[in-house]
Amino acid sequence: MKRKSIAVVGAAETTDLGVIPNLSQIGLNADAALNAIADAGLKPSDIDGVATAGESPIALASYLGITPTWIDGTGVGGCSFLMHLRHAAAAINEGLCTTVLVAHGESGRSQIAPSAPPSYHPGSLEGQFEKPFGVGWAPTMFTIPLLRYMKTYGVTLEQVAQIPVIQRQWAALNPRAMEKAPLTVEDVLNSKMIAYPFTRHMCCLVTDGGGALVLTSAERARDFARPVWVLGTGESAESTMISQMQDFTSSAAFRVSGAKAFSEAGITQSDVDHLMIYDAFAHLPLYGLEDLGFCQPGEAAGFIGDGHTAPGGSLPVNTNGGGLSYMHSGMYGMYVLQESIRQMRGIAPAQVKGAKISVAHGVAGWFSGSSTIIFSNEAP
Amino acid sequence: MTDPRPAGAQRPLPKPTPETAHFWEGTRAGELRLQTCMGCEKTYFPPRFFCPKCGSRSVKMVKASGRATLYSYVIAQRPVPGFTPPYGICVVELEEGPRMMTNVVGCPQTPEALQLDMPLTVVFEPKDDTITLPLFQPAGEQVR
Ligand SMILES: [Zn+2]
Repeated sequence: MKRKSIAVVGAAETTDLGVIPNLSQIGLNADAALNAIADAGLKPSDIDGVATAGESPIALASYLGITPTWIDGTGVGGCSFLMHLRHAAAAINEGLCTTVLVAHGESGRSQIAPSAPPSYHPGSLEGQFEKPFGVGWAPTMFTIPLLRYMKTYGVTLEQVAQIPVIQRQWAALNPRAMEKAPLTVEDVLNSKMIAYPFTRHMCCLVTDGGGALVLTSAERARDFARPVWVLGTGESAESTMISQMQDFTSSAAFRVSGAKAFSEAGITQSDVDHLMIYDAFAHLPLYGLEDLGFCQPGEAAGFIGDGHTAPGGSLPVNTNGGGLSYMHSGMYGMYVLQESIRQMRGIAPAQVKGAKISVAHGVAGWFSGSSTIIFSNEAP
Repeated sequence: MTDPRPAGAQRPLPKPTPETAHFWEGTRAGELRLQTCMGCEKTYFPPRFFCPKCGSRSVKMVKASGRATLYSYVIAQRPVPGFTPPYGICVVELEEGPRMMTNVVGCPQTPEALQLDMPLTVVFEPKDDTITLPLFQPAGEQVR
C-alpha cells in the first residue's frame, strides 16, 4: 500500500452540459471549478494548486483570483486531467501545495473562444510523414488500428457495433446524457460512414461542457463530507504518430499505465467493481479491457457481447453512456473521472450497487498517451 | 473512384528538415531510403540522426526494396484539402520492418480492393521540384 495518499474532496461538472451557448472556454472552466470548490465546502482562496489543459493554468488561476504555489499545464490531450490528478498526488505528498483544483472546460460544439487545436508544421514529423497522405483529425487517425485488430482476432464489425449499443443502454439511465434513444447494431452499421469502418455512431459526440476536482491529502480528507480516495495512479506514452504505434492490436501506453496503477493500489482486476474507459471511438473499450488485464488479448469483444459490461453485467463499463452517448467536449478524460467519483459516492444516475473500487482509464490523442486512476470509497 | 490522387496544389506537402533531407532526396531519385544502426542493426523510420533503439549516432542510409504489405487503413469519407473522398489512408509494413503512412493507388478505394496483408510496391509521385511522395500500389501492377 502507498505510504501516502490523496483524496477527491470536491467534484462537479459544469451546471449545464451539451450545448452551452452562454459560456466561453474559460467560462466553462470557471463554472466547473466554482461548482467543485463549493461541493468541497471551500472557497477559491482555499485553493493553492491549479491544473488544467487547453486553457492555461495561469490564466485560469488568475481568472479565479487564485495565487497558486503549484501549477500543472500538462496538455497532451484527452487524458491530461487524469495525469494532473497523478501529478497533484505527488505534489501534495511532497508538500508543494495542499488543495489542488483540476479543471476542464471546452466549448467543443459552440466554439466560443476555444484554444486553437494543435497544427502541424510541414517540417514536423507528422507534417512530413502523415499529413501528406490525407489524415484530417481524430476520425481518420484514432481509427486506423481497428482493421488490424479485427483481422488479428477474427472480430467482426457487428461485434464492434455492439459497443455503442450497450453504451446507449447506460445513457438511457442518465438524464444528463446527450443521446438516449435506443440503438441497434443495424442502426450503428447503417449510420453515416465517417471513415470506414467507423460510422457516425462509432464516433464520439461533439459537445460543450466541463468538470473539476478538488484534491487534498488523504489525512485531511477525513474532515470533508464525501471523500473518495485515490488508491493508485499510472501514466505512460507512446508515439504521437499513429503510424508508428508499435502494435495496432494493443496500446503500450495503456499496458504500462494500467499495470502501474494496479501495482500501486495493490489490487487485482477481480477487485474492481466499476470501470470507465475513455471512448472517443467505439474500439477503445476493446483495447482498454485487454490492455488493463480484464480480458485476454482478442477476448474483449466476446466479453462485451456476453453482456458483462452492460447494465446488470459483472463489470459495468462506461456507466454514464460514455463519449459515444453521454458527452464529449474534445478532451473527455475529466468525465471518466467524474463518473468514477459519482459511483464511489453512490450518487451516479446508473449507480452500481455496493461498488467500492472504480478504475478510470484515459487516453490522449490516438493512443499517444494514457493515464489510469483507481478510486475507492474506503480509505486505504 | 479508383485513385485517391489529389485534385490540386492544396494537398499538404512535407517540408524537409536537415535530418530528413536524405529521405526526400531519395524519393526524388526513385529510392525509398531508410536508416540502419551500425551498432544494433535496427532498421528504422522516420529518419533521424541516431538509432531509436540504442541511441547510437552511428547510423547508415539503406535503400529499401520498395516491397511492403498493407498493415491497416481507414477509408476517409470527408473532404480534406487536396483529396477527393473516398480515399484510403493506409499504413504499410515495409519488407525491412518499419511501417509508414501512405496511400495505396492503382486500385479502388474500397474494403474489397484494400485487403490487409496484400503485397504492395512503392511508386514515386512527384508533386513539385522538391517533393516526391512515396505511394504504394498492388504488387504486379505496371509501374506508372
Ligand atoms: Zn541501435
